[in-house]
Amino acid sequence: MALNMNNKRPIKAMDDKFSELITTEMNSFKSKIRKPIKRLSENARVSHYENQLSKNIFADINCPTDSEGNEIMIRVKNLSKIFGKHPESAMKLLKNGMNKEEIHSTTPNTVGLYDVSFDVKKGELFVLMGLSGSGKSTLERCMNRIIKPTSGNVIINGLDITSLDEDDLRAVRRKKMSMVFQNFGLLPHRDVKNNVAYGLEIQGVPETERMEKTKRAIDLIGLSGYEDSLPENLSGGMKQRVGLARALATDPDILFMDEAFSALDPLIRADMQDELQRIQSELNKTIVFVTHDLDEALKLGDRIALMKDGRIVQIGTAEEILQNPADEYVCRFIKEVDRTKILTAGTFMKKPRGVIQASQGPRTAIKIMEEYDRNNLLVIDKGNHLIGMIESDDVLNVIKSGGVLNDAIIRDIPKVGIETPMKDVIQIMITTNFSIPVVNENDVLLGVVSPSVAAEALNAGGDL
Amino acid sequence: MTSWVGTFAEDMVNFIGTYFQWLLDIIKEVINWPLEALGSILYNIEPIVFLAILFVVSILMTKRLIISILIVFAFYIIDWMGYWDSAMITLNMVIVAALIAIIIAIPLGIWSARSEQANPIIKALMDFMQTMPAFVYLIPAVIFFGLGIVPGVVATVIFAMPPMVRLTNLGIRQVPTELNEVADSFGSTDWQKLRKVQLPTAMPSIMAGMNQCIMLSLSMVVITAMIGGGGLGEDIVYALSRVDVALGFEAGLAVVLIAMTLDRLTQSLNKG
Ligand SMILES: Nc1ncnc2c1ncn2[C@@H]1O[C@H](COP(=O)(O)OP(=O)(O)OP(=O)(O)O)[C@@H](O)[C@H]1O
Ligand SMILES: [Mg+2]
Repeated sequence: MALNMNNKRPIKAMDDKFSELITTEMNSFKSKIRKPIKRLSENARVSHYENQLSKNIFADINCPTDSEGNEIMIRVKNLSKIFGKHPESAMKLLKNGMNKEEIHSTTPNTVGLYDVSFDVKKGELFVLMGLSGSGKSTLERCMNRIIKPTSGNVIINGLDITSLDEDDLRAVRRKKMSMVFQNFGLLPHRDVKNNVAYGLEIQGVPETERMEKTKRAIDLIGLSGYEDSLPENLSGGMKQRVGLARALATDPDILFMDEAFSALDPLIRADMQDELQRIQSELNKTIVFVTHDLDEALKLGDRIALMKDGRIVQIGTAEEILQNPADEYVCRFIKEVDRTKILTAGTFMKKPRGVIQASQGPRTAIKIMEEYDRNNLLVIDKGNHLIGMIESDDVLNVIKSGGVLNDAIIRDIPKVGIETPMKDVIQIMITTNFSIPVVNENDVLLGVVSPSVAAEALNAGGDL
Repeated sequence: MTSWVGTFAEDMVNFIGTYFQWLLDIIKEVINWPLEALGSILYNIEPIVFLAILFVVSILMTKRLIISILIVFAFYIIDWMGYWDSAMITLNMVIVAALIAIIIAIPLGIWSARSEQANPIIKALMDFMQTMPAFVYLIPAVIFFGLGIVPGVVATVIFAMPPMVRLTNLGIRQVPTELNEVADSFGSTDWQKLRKVQLPTAMPSIMAGMNQCIMLSLSMVVITAMIGGGGLGEDIVYALSRVDVALGFEAGLAVVLIAMTLDRLTQSLNKG
């Protein structure tokens, strides 16, 4: 069929072929002459770049710390943003207790944020969550001052950026922070590597260094092989990888992500969440992640701030919020979550009652069992590592035959980690019907989840 | 009979003529210089050399063989019909006028895209320039610059500029907010934002404006024959005065062939 078409239009086919040929020829020619020209202009720019480097506005500023000695990367203090002209009157009304709705109907202004305060620790993945219009994007954009707040302060690494002039602000944005966007924000006319290089390019980083750093970011994010593709030829997941690589290429301390994964298919989205966690464990950036998806927030967030009508309703870890929702709004928000999926073994484990060391004798074991009124015990070694379990029948047999405790140990027993969801713990419990030991990655015994506690979790989570 | 509106316009024109003669002289020089430079090439070049150059240029621009052959053929027909010299005068005016229009229009378009104060004023001015019947420009052009090719180019620049300004403005305004935020969040300067984000993203729109600008230039250049612009327009005006269908058709056909050539060449820029 295709051959037929060609026979019918031999002239067109020839023209197409010619067009292809001349295009590739011209492109290779262009890239050949472009390089020396670029090098010339690069050379002229290097000194300028070095000038900029010498200016470090964080030089004599100390990062504040909280009571536990953690460095505070971002401190937001009484931040408010009123959209529209003459925000002062709206601010006054807000102070007198008017809410967002009333302001909207009585004044020409819209409340974006009102009196928001919180700290983000260094290396933390901080999630901003809330319904549409609750002010998440506004808050995030105030933090890099793409939106200028009406009042209040944003203090980055000890430096109050709300009072910076344009030049200093630009320096902060270049060195300290970068952003990942919901619709990827890729420049359509640039291929992948030049999109990734954007942040470095505008800083005037010389070509070789720039390409090196770009390559590193591209490799880190698993984009190798796509360097020369144009964004239009990439899938959504790939596009957001480019967005992430671009944000990481400048090696910022802070990453702002505004619904970065919301435009992706569920499967790809889960992939990207895993990818982010992997990168985070490798690079340990401070990340402010906006989402309206609770599952995403619970999966990623070290801490979560729930927003409503421009205010923060509750801040805490996933578990704190799920166990003690601050008000009706938070309750409604979390109602749909299967709590056993989120609540982990770590939440419910208790100190193990009655353990025995492997070096102790079988008679001691029986004594301990009687003391705690049970018919099995966990066995540990001197370093608190979990070895296995013994059951009273086996121990009695060992005593009869004059053996040592070691002979009675059942080594192949189920155990879980701190992060294991309660859902899985309960699954295991159904088949074994005794307390499940919780261990860390080195098999050190941390606690146990007993059947009675598991029942409590079941109650909290409803049907499994 | 005219009302005070017309009288006012007349007074304005007289005022400018008396007090800004020096400015008019500068403008005249600025326009004359490229006209003479390009003209000295176009008027003296052998048609066969011109055709060869045209072929190479159109291959480089369109990257297509057939279209390039057709374009060369179109100019061959113009020569064969005997309108070569007129066509070169017209082409000279079109190229210079379109270039000047583009050079003025792009900064204006950028300005109106970036300034909410400038935008309504520039917009109103462009509306005025675009809807005012083309012939009307010829009157002040003649008063300021006399008869000939220069007032023709001035009138053409004014006539061809608005769509270019408009489409540049539109193109930049249509750059997605997110892309502007990308530029800002990475710490771009205003100039970097314009150069590396806004202009490239607006390029298809700007190219479309350029195409329109060139096409309008051609149609206006033909009209300026009425004030001595010369070229193919002069042939047409002459044919009109003698009601000579054959002459009129041939000259008209030559204009159409030039128009199609310019259109195909600039359209290909659109696709990159
Ligand atoms: N430029 C603006 N001008 C006026 N009002 C605005 C502007 N930007 C945001 N708002 C208002 O501020 C409030 C908060 O908006 P914001 O975009 O921060 O919400 P969001 O939580 O990010 O919502 P979404 O999930 O839809 O992105 C909304 O009521 C919105 O209408
Ligand atoms: Mg938002």
